[in-house]
Amino acid sequence: MAAIDQPLPARPATIREEFSWSAGLYKWVATVDHKLLGLMYIVSALVFLVIAGIMAAVMRLQLAFPNGHIVAPDTYNRLFTMHGTTMVFFLGMPMVAGFSNYLIPLMIGARDMAFPRLNAFGFWMFLFGGILLYFSYIGGSGLTGAGSAPDVGWFAYAPLTEKPFSPGASTDYWILGIFTAGIGTIASAINVIATAISMRCPGMTLARMPVFVWVMVIDAWLILIAVPPLTAAQIMLAYDRFLGADFFNTQAGGSAVLWQHFFWIFGHPEVYILIFPAFAILSEVIPVFSRKPLFGRPAMVAAVIGIGFISLGVWAHHMFAVGMTAWSNTFFAASSMLVGIPTGIKIFNWTATMFGGKLRMDTPMLYCCAFLLQFLVAGLTGIMLAVSPFDWQLHDSYFVVAHFHFTLIGGAVFGIMAGLYYWFPKVSGRMYNERLAKWSFWSFVIGFNLTFIPLHFAGMLGMPRRIYTYPVGRGWEGYNLAASIGVIFQILAVGMFAWNVIYSCVKGKKAGDDPWDGWTLEWSTSSPPPEYNFEKVPVVRSGRPLWDLKHPQDPDWKFGQ
Amino acid sequence: MASSGLLAFFQVQVPGAAEHRVTDIFKPLATPAAAERDVAWFTIAVTTLIFIVVAGLIVYTIVRFRRRPGDDLHQEPPQVYGSNQIELAWTVIPILIVFVLIGVTARVVWSVENASPPPSTLHLKVIGHQWWWEVQYPDYGITTANEIHVPFSADGKEATYLELSSADVAHSFWVPQLSGKTDLIPNRLNYMWIDPRQGGVYVGNCAEYCGTQHANMLLRVVAEDRSAFQAWAQGQQKALASSDVSAGRAAFESLSCINCHVIKGTKAIGKFGPDLSHLASRSTLAAGMITNTPENLKKWINDPQEVKPGCLMPSLKLGGPELDQLVSYLGSLK
Repeated sequence: MAAIDQPLPARPATIREEFSWSAGLYKWVATVDHKLLGLMYIVSALVFLVIAGIMAAVMRLQLAFPNGHIVAPDTYNRLFTMHGTTMVFFLGMPMVAGFSNYLIPLMIGARDMAFPRLNAFGFWMFLFGGILLYFSYIGGSGLTGAGSAPDVGWFAYAPLTEKPFSPGASTDYWILGIFTAGIGTIASAINVIATAISMRCPGMTLARMPVFVWVMVIDAWLILIAVPPLTAAQIMLAYDRFLGADFFNTQAGGSAVLWQHFFWIFGHPEVYILIFPAFAILSEVIPVFSRKPLFGRPAMVAAVIGIGFISLGVWAHHMFAVGMTAWSNTFFAASSMLVGIPTGIKIFNWTATMFGGKLRMDTPMLYCCAFLLQFLVAGLTGIMLAVSPFDWQLHDSYFVVAHFHFTLIGGAVFGIMAGLYYWFPKVSGRMYNERLAKWSFWSFVIGFNLTFIPLHFAGMLGMPRRIYTYPVGRGWEGYNLAASIGVIFQILAVGMFAWNVIYSCVKGKKAGDDPWDGWTLEWSTSSPPPEYNFEKVPVVRSGRPLWDLKHPQDPDWKFGQ
Repeated sequence: MASSGLLAFFQVQVPGAAEHRVTDIFKPLATPAAAERDVAWFTIAVTTLIFIVVAGLIVYTIVRFRRRPGDDLHQEPPQVYGSNQIELAWTVIPILIVFVLIGVTARVVWSVENASPPPSTLHLKVIGHQWWWEVQYPDYGITTANEIHVPFSADGKEATYLELSSADVAHSFWVPQLSGKTDLIPNRLNYMWIDPRQGGVYVGNCAEYCGTQHANMLLRVVAEDRSAFQAWAQGQQKALASSDVSAGRAAFESLSCINCHVIKGTKAIGKFGPDLSHLASRSTLAAGMITNTPENLKKWINDPQEVKPGCLMPSLKLGGPELDQLVSYLGSLK
């Protein structure tokens, strides 16, 4: 079996085509290429990020001072509903699909995903789902004129979502938008699993498959298990609203708690679905920037599988205040704390990967380092919330808001930023501006921590979530003002990031095929990769094929890796 | 008073003297909240220790092994793939910590959830409504709203048990200094208990999103000593001067107020809104949003949507004299 042991032959010069708008549009709309679809996922996710970010900024403006009245109560409730829904389903989920799509074929030496058309179908379902959700701002009033966008919270607790309490069509748009996007997500998950199982290049056993691919495959399994319960519950809710099925309609004997179980059986694995891309990215970026292989690779994969399994049995920790029995409250406290063990292994192994290495502190690595510290905080506040009697106090307070923004921004988004900077030269063929990227990074770190550290304390002083205003004199003022000031830095950071991406795509200096001295197969093809990815199907002999190529005297396969 | 913390825990205070507005969960003034505070401090101590160790390790690694100017860029560090012993160590230690935490958690869960009632117990029913609290005292035949009067006892020999339910959507009962929260869910009965150790007014909120005015669904627990509580209860039990047919009462009975509100001894028997029989004895209006003064009451009746946008009480668009009569009538319902 030949490893990649010789330089690749020169590539044919690409033929320059005449630019035309219609041809350009046709190319993007009709494409089944995994790279274009991956980019479309990521770019739409970033657009949704900006929209939902603006919503967050308006909310923080409202809460900067007590008795704020910049927006009306209904408007505020719509803002937090749309913010949460968008960030979870239209930022987090497309990032999972986008990174999987773009990178998995490149990393396993394949020319495309297993089902390219299903791939395109998944993307368009996701995008239409998002558009449907946002169309509610126009169409949500229905015939009753009962308000625009949904205002039931992203968790849409029954019976607030039933017709008597949510007239008009806004809740229906919430159901349909998420339902549609959910079908796209399931399609994409099936594709990821099939691709990783059947499309790996010769020599790439599962043990040699990049950890990124491993994590995204486990993520896809988790999607397949977790999303259908939500889809089912949404259909039941739609039956309630249109056909009088009364599953969750308490006035007709339905159960409000049943919805909560359905929602969190989806909702808790969902937060791991959102964090896994960050785990996947860190497992690639930290080794390359430390110049060492991932420490304890089998344990790292096992830890992700462990987290996936345990995450299916922790959902009712969102329901400690529902009035469950002492046995249930203890069971779900215990299962939730168990998640800390595999998560701890991950943090320790990443740190051990860095230990003894030569850390290159470029922007992707900076984001990884910030991730480690911030996700550590998130994990530890998670342990506090898992202690169910402590949660009786903290539940639905701003402490929870601070906690999950630490996981989802300090964790997931920071991980995704690391990935975006790391693969930017591969995708665009150009280097981003390192100086601007560092400014953006520090602004983000300062802004994020300034916003979310104080909110822990507001929660411990009894500030509940989802309130559009609050009175003077309850000790919440200082924390809220600090949080709102932090938003300014975060906006600056995102602005600098956006400018950096746009400017560097056009004016950045050429990156070359392998700017980071990487080890996985995507760095062996050109930047940006050609439509067919690899001219010659690569053959690998270890988990780090490019390391083997670059260090012929000291290849990984000699050590059974 | 709330700030004196532990020392104040067993001190008897003058009833009704203090309003505990800063609802710090670390300054509990009742048994459930104190148990939750203790387990909270324990958890915080454990997690802080973990944070110091792990964050220290991460920061040390970053500082010690970051690339410095002048490093040989072509010299790769030793390639270490892993170590079973080390990985086993950082798997086993967290497992031990988790087991300790589970044990402590279970103990507190049982002590709060399955506590047996003390000899003297008051039973209340609290019913959540969009966006106010109905409070029933079945043993006294009293129905009131938003301000829950209970006796306090410095020695914990007296407690109040709450049966929680909801008339519409899910709500949550949270008075941080007395106890953690328990949801009020339609079609379901939940229970919780509180035993305030000091007199005073304990402020709380609805903690489950319940629609437009969730933010202004405030809660007050008024803890008084036994005699003051009994006096209050007797006052509430009286049906007020049913023979006194003032102009205000006539106006009230002639308007649609009676469809949603109760005033004992009158035609008003509506159950949708708060019971107004003793409205003037409450210190706040609109579920704790504004203080109960004649001016505020007038503003509220004139246009509730102005005060609390989206609330379920409509503006009746009353003229001047009728409005004033109503305000003075309601103001007389001590």
